[in-house]
Amino acid sequence: MTVEAPNPFQTDQKTVMIPPPAGDRVIDVQNLDFFYGKNQALYGVNLPVARNKVTALIGPSGCGKSTLLRTLNRIYDLYPGQSATGDIRFDDENILDQAKNSEGLRARIGMVFQRPTPFPMSIYDNIAFGVRLHRRVGKADMDEMVERSLTRAALWDEVKDKLHSSGLGLSGGQQQRLCVARGIAINPDVLLLDEPASALDPLSTAKLESTLIELKSSLTIVIVTHNLQQAARISDYTGFMLLGKMIEFRPSSDAFVSPETRQMQDYITGRFG
Amino acid sequence: MSGKNLENANFDRFLHLRRKAYNTVFLVLTALATAIALAALALILETLVVKGVGGIDMAVFTMSQPAPDMAGGLLNAIVGSLVMCAIGMIIALFVGILAGTWLAEYGDGTKLATVVRFLNDILISAPSILIGLFVYELLVRPFHGFSAVAGGVALALLAMPVATRATEDIMRLQPYALREAGMALGANRGHVIRSIIWRASKSGLMTGALLSFARISGETAPLLFTSLGNPFLSFKLTQPMASMPTTIFQFAMSAYDDWQRLAWGGALIIAVAVLTTNIIGRALTRGSTHK
Amino acid sequence: MANDYTTRAIDADMGQLNALIAQMGGLAEAQIVAAIDALLRGDHDKATEIVARDKQLDLIEAEVEKLAIQLIALRAPVASDLRQVVAAFKISGMLERVGDHAKNIARSTLKIEDFRFGPIALIPAVAEIAIGMIHATLDAYAAQDPVLAQEVVVRDDLVDALYKELIRSLIEQLAEKTTNVVTATEMLLVARNIERIGDNATNIAEAVYYAATGIVMPDRHKTGD
Repeated sequence: MTVEAPNPFQTDQKTVMIPPPAGDRVIDVQNLDFFYGKNQALYGVNLPVARNKVTALIGPSGCGKSTLLRTLNRIYDLYPGQSATGDIRFDDENILDQAKNSEGLRARIGMVFQRPTPFPMSIYDNIAFGVRLHRRVGKADMDEMVERSLTRAALWDEVKDKLHSSGLGLSGGQQQRLCVARGIAINPDVLLLDEPASALDPLSTAKLESTLIELKSSLTIVIVTHNLQQAARISDYTGFMLLGKMIEFRPSSDAFVSPETRQMQDYITGRFG
Repeated sequence: MSGKNLENANFDRFLHLRRKAYNTVFLVLTALATAIALAALALILETLVVKGVGGIDMAVFTMSQPAPDMAGGLLNAIVGSLVMCAIGMIIALFVGILAGTWLAEYGDGTKLATVVRFLNDILISAPSILIGLFVYELLVRPFHGFSAVAGGVALALLAMPVATRATEDIMRLQPYALREAGMALGANRGHVIRSIIWRASKSGLMTGALLSFARISGETAPLLFTSLGNPFLSFKLTQPMASMPTTIFQFAMSAYDDWQRLAWGGALIIAVAVLTTNIIGRALTRGSTHK
Repeated sequence: MANDYTTRAIDADMGQLNALIAQMGGLAEAQIVAAIDALLRGDHDKATEIVARDKQLDLIEAEVEKLAIQLIALRAPVASDLRQVVAAFKISGMLERVGDHAKNIARSTLKIEDFRFGPIALIPAVAEIAIGMIHATLDAYAAQDPVLAQEVVVRDDLVDALYKELIRSLIEQLAEKTTNVVTATEMLLVARNIERIGDNATNIAEAVYYAATGIVMPDRHKTGD
């Protein structure tokens, strides 16, 4: 098509955005800037997150996809030098408003991390931990909630006989599913996952992916992944980021067949990144 | 080594031999040093056992300090040491764990934390006699009397920096992701620390406690200025109290044979106690890293 | 900055695929040219050769299929790569059909004994346009050029018009009995095959356009026929 030597790192153009309808968005990020101290990491990022769908964020290392994910549940609050400006609409309010209670927010927007992080307690207590933070639950109810979460995370059959043994004794794939079960036990509206399968073997990855697909009927999922096949397999919407900007955002069925921007095209065909 | 002429081959060989010689010398020196260190330890233990075993019998553990040439034991000293160590440990662990937590979590990165850490490191190796004198000025002079409490406080001041350091070190080792995971569920910072990080650091904290105990269980100088000593079995905290190191000091300096015998026995008991706590401490750490 | 791009395993495979398509296209084009030539000169021997040579096209098509499936399985192509592979698949089928049309023209030639017929000028005219379309669409494929592909499609109208004229003339001749019935029938079939070649060229051009742009070629007949 074009003959001139392409510059894949040019990011000046406007975002190509084919978003879900405005009424279907559970989170709407608008014009988000993010700073690590004095260094800007996100530039005017927009991200509409469709309800009950899987939205994938892809892009080369350092593009800002994890940074973006971590603004959605304000987990960056833990680190004093980091700050964000802009508007993240969730339930008709701006998440970034400092006056807001971020613990209440995290009860509704949960997160699963790259490395499995089971707490140093029994499997049962791992799951109960989050629940106990937010309400008083009797033993029978708690038993039921634990079972339900583990079942939804496709882990119940493997651990039902050892609920009171340590969570640290499970395999990597099981630990990660435990973290998913822990996250969904508190019934969040949104579950954020930061490269959840990158430390797992292919079989565990497949189990995790089918879990996520089933979960999306009851909650919304945003997943950061550097595995393009994974994004193609499980996501409904895909956002491509480069150097802190959202370059293109569109339905996945389209994104992997005919992306509009040169950069996204080159990234997903493996020409760079 | 293809196609080198004779001169090059000779040059290489010389370097090689010299290096080999250095290596052998180095090996011999390190082996010798190890042997010396081991020999020293062996000699100390041997002396303690040979001289101390004779002083140990049931009476040592059941009777208090005797008058010269009378039957007696070290019961008051043992009890005294245990009581004051307990006081010291309780204070030291309470303050040390909380301080270590602050250093690792809340104060991390701040200038204040750097200063605190620095001062703490100095305190770890502070001469114990200075601590003793300090507590003397603070708790003995104003109240006109030596006391077990003062002794306990002195021990606490010695053990505290060790506990702080150990706590901070073990908590720093916990991955950030663990904290984030707790917060991501909606827990606040304090809850995450108490319910998750402390729990994850359990074995490290225990090791820290044992190390602090090992630090103070054999201390003599500070106790001389604070609890002084007591020939009788006493549980009164505001009165002077006996302790193993001070009693041994007193007996060893004396002219009486049976007192000296008891002193050696006491020394053996202390050595065994310190060795045991250190070994248990190591065993626990190894256990946790193997999990 | 030019070397920010990775050399990919898939590029070698795609190159191989494109080479096969080019080979097939060249062969198909040659077959048409030869078939028309044989028809106009009444050369039965040449026509026989053309029929035999069609097998080669079938063989290359099978190779293209095999390579394309392998490429999809092993390289998991997406976006433009994927569209290219699918286009190659489709185009190989279309080129095989083009070859069949050339073969049919040759077969018709073999059936004709009496080579005196009327609108002789129309045949080479329409054939030339069809051959030109095939050539241009293969160029468009090689260059992944959607503009060139669109130009090809426009020419099909001319082919259709000439075809209609040819049919009308042949029917006229039949009615006036100025030509042999067998000849006329076969000539009708030849005309049909040439028209079909034009259609195939159009289809190939549409496939090239989609592969290059990701959009279906806009229908130029939107405002009425």
